[in-house]
Amino acid sequence: MSALHELTAEQGVAALHAGEASAAEMVDAALARVEDDRWGSFLAVDAEGARGRAREIDALAERPPLAGVPIAIKDALSTRDLTTTAGSRILEGFRPVYTATCVERLERAGAVVIGKTNMDEFAMGSSTENSAYQLTRNPWDGGRVPGGSSGGSAAAVAAYQAPWALGSDTGGSIRQPAALCGIVGMKPTYGAVSRSGLIAFASSLDQVGPFARTVRDAALLLSHIVGRDELDSTSLDWPEPIAVPEATDLEGVRVGVVDELMGDGVEPGVRAAVDAALARIEGLGGSVERVSLATTEHGVATYYLIAPAECSSNLARFDGIRYGPRFDDARDLLEHYEVTRGEGFGPEVKRRVMLGTFALASGYYDAYYLRAQKVRTLIRRDFDAAFERVDVLVSPTSPTTAFRIGERVQDPLAMYLSDVCTIPSSLAGLPSLSIPCGLSDGLPVGLQLAGAAFSENRLLSVAHALEAAIGFDPRPPGVL
Amino acid sequence: MSGPWEAVIGLEIHVQLATRTKMFCGCDLSFGDPPNTHTCPVCLAHPGALPVVNREAIRLGILAGLALGCSVPPACEFHRKNYFYPDNPKAYQISQYDAPLCVGGRVAVLLPDGRDLEVGITRAHLEEDAAKLVHLGAGGRRAGAEASGVDFNRGGTPLLEIVTEPDLRSAADAGAFLRQLRQTLRALGVSDVNMEEGSLRADANVSVRQAGERALGTKTELKNMNSFRFLERGIDAELARQTALLEAGGRVVQETLHFDPDAGEIHSLRSKEEAHDYRYFPEPDLVPLAPDQAWVEELRASLPELPVARRGRWYELGLTYEDAEVLSETAELGEYFEQVAELAEPKAAANWIRGELRAQLREAGQEPWESRVTPALLAELIGLREDGTLSEPGAKEVLAEVVRTGASPAAVVEQRGLGQISDDGELTALVERLLADNPDQAEQLRGGKDKLVGYFVGQAMKATGGRADPARVGQLVREKAAG
Amino acid sequence: MIDDATVRHVARLARLRLGPEEEARMREELSGILEHVERIQALDLDEVPPTTHVVELLNVVREDEPRECLSQEEALREAPEVIEGMFAVVKFE
Ligand SMILES: [Mg+2]
Ligand SMILES: [Zn+2]
Repeated sequence: MSALHELTAEQGVAALHAGEASAAEMVDAALARVEDDRWGSFLAVDAEGARGRAREIDALAERPPLAGVPIAIKDALSTRDLTTTAGSRILEGFRPVYTATCVERLERAGAVVIGKTNMDEFAMGSSTENSAYQLTRNPWDGGRVPGGSSGGSAAAVAAYQAPWALGSDTGGSIRQPAALCGIVGMKPTYGAVSRSGLIAFASSLDQVGPFARTVRDAALLLSHIVGRDELDSTSLDWPEPIAVPEATDLEGVRVGVVDELMGDGVEPGVRAAVDAALARIEGLGGSVERVSLATTEHGVATYYLIAPAECSSNLARFDGIRYGPRFDDARDLLEHYEVTRGEGFGPEVKRRVMLGTFALASGYYDAYYLRAQKVRTLIRRDFDAAFERVDVLVSPTSPTTAFRIGERVQDPLAMYLSDVCTIPSSLAGLPSLSIPCGLSDGLPVGLQLAGAAFSENRLLSVAHALEAAIGFDPRPPGVL
Repeated sequence: MSGPWEAVIGLEIHVQLATRTKMFCGCDLSFGDPPNTHTCPVCLAHPGALPVVNREAIRLGILAGLALGCSVPPACEFHRKNYFYPDNPKAYQISQYDAPLCVGGRVAVLLPDGRDLEVGITRAHLEEDAAKLVHLGAGGRRAGAEASGVDFNRGGTPLLEIVTEPDLRSAADAGAFLRQLRQTLRALGVSDVNMEEGSLRADANVSVRQAGERALGTKTELKNMNSFRFLERGIDAELARQTALLEAGGRVVQETLHFDPDAGEIHSLRSKEEAHDYRYFPEPDLVPLAPDQAWVEELRASLPELPVARRGRWYELGLTYEDAEVLSETAELGEYFEQVAELAEPKAAANWIRGELRAQLREAGQEPWESRVTPALLAELIGLREDGTLSEPGAKEVLAEVVRTGASPAAVVEQRGLGQISDDGELTALVERLLADNPDQAEQLRGGKDKLVGYFVGQAMKATGGRADPARVGQLVREKAAG
Repeated sequence: MIDDATVRHVARLARLRLGPEEEARMREELSGILEHVERIQALDLDEVPPTTHVVELLNVVREDEPRECLSQEEALREAPEVIEGMFAVVKFE
């Protein structure tokens, strides 16, 4: 058996059930990896709590399904008594009184939360550089970003600090960091996973999803968190259990390559890796055709109206009255609000709150927010039409590999445009995942696969067969 | 401009619905409990907490809407109304905007002067109540407060906001409408409708225009008047202010106003902050509601007789507006009256309940429906009075005994020999004896001094312990004197 | 695209205090983003209904049954300032 921290979650569960290791040992191995703080992936580590829960699980007569395997949780998810900041100063030191439903379900299934991972403040960003607390470094190259906003979770899994992690994805915040860190990341169908306890960025887009080093682990993690939750009115009864995939070929699978996402903006090295993956698909018996999603070109514009509009309202509750630090000794209420929020939020959050407030303001609503909601309808129709012809749509997850720390912070629009591949399926509420499909100049390239609503099982099967054919080695040089 | 002026008034009424739990979370509702003991992550707006709609609030909202003649559209949705205030923890209120629960109603209001007033109901929609702000220090008044505290117990209470068309023409109309609305909502059991406790709150949109004019004048909004008296006084004060302003050649400015009942003055609530821009947008955390039309019909069929219909019926029984007002104060009192009126003459029943019965019970601290005086016993007493068995004082005395013991009035009359003497033979003998015993007065009476009839009636009452029928005695005295 | 007065108005609506430099930068950045966003103005959307929810759910409600509330202590534990069992707010007029 390899070192405990090198096991996949699936292998870890098996080892625990077989009595080859204890949860306490498994958690200790993860915590030892976390102590190596080269990557800045964690904002809070709950070593004591994690060890305690591992011992409790070890003492049980019968191990729960996940048997005591450790997990890292994005700091956007509320965890009772464990500091939860969403990467923002406005929640510095905040200890929630309740736990997010998805985390609770995992804990009940026997997963052990070891800590909370770094993120762009309130999940706004694509590099994790917008965290109010620290930078996170890409395990493949410490001078580069891990992507974002769930960069901490992606880096933790890529650096073997945890076999898997939870992230949240609003316009690509799971898939893009997964791509940049050479791991698997999935955003499920909107409504698949309860949002109760997920600190809201854009309510109509936010979804919780898994990070893992294998597609099978991602499927296993997802299987424990999907389904209706009475605390989230938009959560869905899940039609069938999420299965851990077994498929080895793609016989009969129709794959569409999104024309608009294979254009000039895609780096040559990324294109080469994606083309190689397409050849593998055909090698496994799948068919590949080109598909047009014409409205894709409006995706970023639409997204950057809807998401900020919702965020401007969602973030209005942070006012320094019921929780959060106080930054002022204001003389009146207006000053209190303005100073608390002016000091408590970072530049990117302020930018989006401003943009969203503008899009909803009287006189602008029809031209911006309402129009964006209508374009959203067109984008959904485009996907509906495409899925009449194909089963899965593929594209690069990100047009580039991991960029240098600091490279894009001065140009918000350039940062936004890098979400071009992941945004359309978010707007349509569709499931979509990223798997590593090769390296370009030593940096991972992600392949995005998107499916129709509720097609998670097929998507995971295709991804699993392809993953095996690609044979990507997830170990970044020098990390283990 | 000059008069005559016409007042144009519309009301926006917020009613706390009588659910067990809050609109969007499972916290139970309370009144007067220690602060912040009825809260959860949802109603404290903790990060990540989401609203879930209370089904009972929908049911009560639809019931109220149907009673106001509204229709219930096949679908409605929630919007966010964004504004910052410490009593609004999410900084948005979940409310309904362009797709409310109930629309387009109409109610007939019966006014004190017998007129019928038709009032249009624009809409009735669901929303959540704000928390309570408590201004501490400096006498607790907001202006000089040292600090303020927020208590979220009330925050998130289900509210039904009812908006009327500007169909009211005076403060008295507005008061009459609101009274009838309160009776209606109470009869339905959808709310406690207590203005003092804040479960019924009214804002008024007030404007004036020259009589005969079609266009509406500029309106002002009078906020949160917490009693019927203040509502009427506030509207009157605002109408007077606007009229004086217009007559002096001024212009009404659209603004929000507050009526100070102590000073009888109107104050502007405009602060240095800029005008509100609520940035309404559809609430992404909630999905649309599509009330099942069969369910709506079931609710419609379950509506009790509405106060306005009952009043119409009562007027036909001979009751006055005041009778109806008093008997409508509580559902129980109305029901008590109905039961008495089944067995006795209705107008007499109303008089007895409003007058002697409540007066006697007040001393005992009882309400009629919980007293020993069952509707049947009261009806029996009224019957004894109506058929002349009991005199007025006699009936009151019997009632006192019934209040005390719950005995049958007929039995009390029997036992105490309280029956009125109306037997002509007995009364004739009595009158003859009295004339004989008082020859001087009898002489003067015969001489035409009519005042002395009263003297002999008084003597007769005295002689019978009040049981003689005074009207008949008077008649007999005159007959005998005329000889 | 967007002027100083609009930036100030929107910042006030959002209750964000911006320094003078922050305000100028915000105007530039928002203008750049809005310029990109302008492309959706060209689309013919007259006949297109808006998408508010991607899930087609209706009537998701809960029964009117009480759940356990937080204790006062728990409710107040993260508050920066407490007064007489309540969340303290700055004195205001
Ligand atoms: Mg309202
Ligand atoms: Zn609550």
